[in-house]
Amino acid sequence: MPERTVAVGSTSGLHARPAALFVEAATAQPVAVSVRLPGGRPVPARSMLSVLSLGATHGTEVILSAEGDGAEAALEALADLLRRNLDEEPADA
Amino acid sequence: MPERLTGIGVSPGLAAGPLLRVAPAPRLPEPAAVADVEAELTRAAAALSAVGTELRRRADSAGRREAAAILRAQAMIAEDPLLRDTIAEAVRAGRDAPHAIADAFAEHRRAFQAAGGHLAERVTDLDDIRDRAVAASLGRPMPGVPTPGYPYVLAARDLAPADTADLDPELVLALVTELGGPTSHTAILARSLGLPAVVSCAGTLAVPDGTVVRVDGASGEVLTDADEAVVAATRAAAARSRRAGRSRGPGRTADGHEVRLLLNVGSAAELRGEEAAGAEGVGLFRTELLFLGRNTAPGIEEQSRAYAEVFAAVDSRPVVIRTLDAGADKPLPFLDQAGEPNPALGVRGLRIARRRPEVLRTQLHAIELAARRTGAEVRAMAPMVATAAEAGEFASIARGAGLDTVGVMVEVPAAALRARRLLDEIDFLSVGTNDLSQYAFAADRQCGDLAGLLDPWQPALLELIAGCATAGRTAGKPVGVCGEAAADPLLAVVLTGLGVSSLSMSPRALAPVRAALAAHSLADCERLAALALAAGDAEQARAAVRRAARPAPD
Repeated sequence: MPERTVAVGSTSGLHARPAALFVEAATAQPVAVSVRLPGGRPVPARSMLSVLSLGATHGTEVILSAEGDGAEAALEALADLLRRNLDEEPADA
Repeated sequence: MPERLTGIGVSPGLAAGPLLRVAPAPRLPEPAAVADVEAELTRAAAALSAVGTELRRRADSAGRREAAAILRAQAMIAEDPLLRDTIAEAVRAGRDAPHAIADAFAEHRRAFQAAGGHLAERVTDLDDIRDRAVAASLGRPMPGVPTPGYPYVLAARDLAPADTADLDPELVLALVTELGGPTSHTAILARSLGLPAVVSCAGTLAVPDGTVVRVDGASGEVLTDADEAVVAATRAAAARSRRAGRSRGPGRTADGHEVRLLLNVGSAAELRGEEAAGAEGVGLFRTELLFLGRNTAPGIEEQSRAYAEVFAAVDSRPVVIRTLDAGADKPLPFLDQAGEPNPALGVRGLRIARRRPEVLRTQLHAIELAARRTGAEVRAMAPMVATAAEAGEFASIARGAGLDTVGVMVEVPAAALRARRLLDEIDFLSVGTNDLSQYAFAADRQCGDLAGLLDPWQPALLELIAGCATAGRTAGKPVGVCGEAAADPLLAVVLTGLGVSSLSMSPRALAPVRAALAAHSLADCERLAALALAAGDAEQARAAVRRAARPAPD
């Protein structure tokens, strides 16, 4: 199963705006992506409540996984989003 | 049946329109058997989607990016597919929609609380989304400020900052609350938005939604079931006062007696705008803002920069700056005042200098430095002075710091009674009616039940002010009022009649007060003041003066 491990780059962690952008992006992917903490239970990346419940703060490592056609591209896109500091970027970016 | 409700007017102005309440959180009814699972599934899904839509609408209209992001994240919680599946599963197992929704949220609530930290702080957001979804599934209005799409009078038990974060001042005509006092969030918000407001108004919650009411934010009167004639007259009066709002120039009675109209401000931002431009100076510059939430006192340079910003904005008009008024309802961490059994009667205002003289000295030096840098005409004033000796001590420290004109606030009845002796020590007095009421009537400012005693029309309060004004005239020194009382146009006329030489208020109150003064001669003011002093209580005083006053000219 393709996976990506990535450290959360946003200052505020996976909360308000960064979490919203991440969940929106995950929902837009053609495959179901799950996210987990090392040693934790995978949760659907398109579920806002599940993503918030990870309690990931700045620098927390999370593991993304997906299967099927387009899994690699989806993981790449989401990993890239998580790496960025979304708190520092303009709202309309 | 029209009915007259009476509360405390905390933000002057007239308005008439349908009253709508802030909807309370819904109560869950007893669980019901689910007869039609498909219909119940639709009911649950529709409720969640209505909440998502409403929160997105609010996000789109929120001015601040941060607020919009939070609302959008909340919308996504309501639209969470996993939440939807959990609820649908419960419905298929026989739970009715409202209970299935409440159960699903309870589960996530526990997880958030168990996680602690930032997530635990978000529990209130979850509760809010749950309350909205449950209300929607019950066919009831979502809790919070209504958004009917037409202008209305907003009513509530009391309003918290969270309720009013996205209140639209274009659609809200006035605020009326059952509880709350003159210093409540409702009062502060109403004054900052320029909305008429009445707080501590018993019977508000018994008025049915949609009832047309007339609100008088000066007198505190709310008339229910207002007919068309009343509504039309109210709108005409509101338009008149808007025209009066264009009155300009210094404060004068009809026969030219001068009453200086000044501003109460906490920062330079409040000096911007056309309304503030009409003031003759600043009668109260509160300095607490700079000290709030600090574990260490700001240094002389930081303070001086902040004061200079305001002094420069005042632009060659005189400014009265009040030294730190902390303690009581404004505790500051660096003063380390924990454990006072009764902060309102404790070490607050000037009394802090007994323990921490360096805080006052540093502040006075920073004020003098800012005055020198800006060339502003600055007068220093101490809060919570009780005796002439305290006034003298403050005067010598302030003059020692290079500040020539020194005054004190009269908030303690003892100081009002000894106003003549105080004026031997200092150059001016400024009456803080909010605290003077509290101490004269032994009634806590925060206690809505005692609001009637805190009404600035109370004759005993007016008598204390009269004593200060008389002492001022004898000494040939100015005596002003800088509490809420100064912002009530009718009461401003009475205060002028008592001999007060300046009135200090928020920018929006200037024009109506100016217009009320211009409609009365000094002899009129004195006659009305005598009527108020002769009355038995605040309500009688207000009624007697209103009957005898002249309406402001069109």
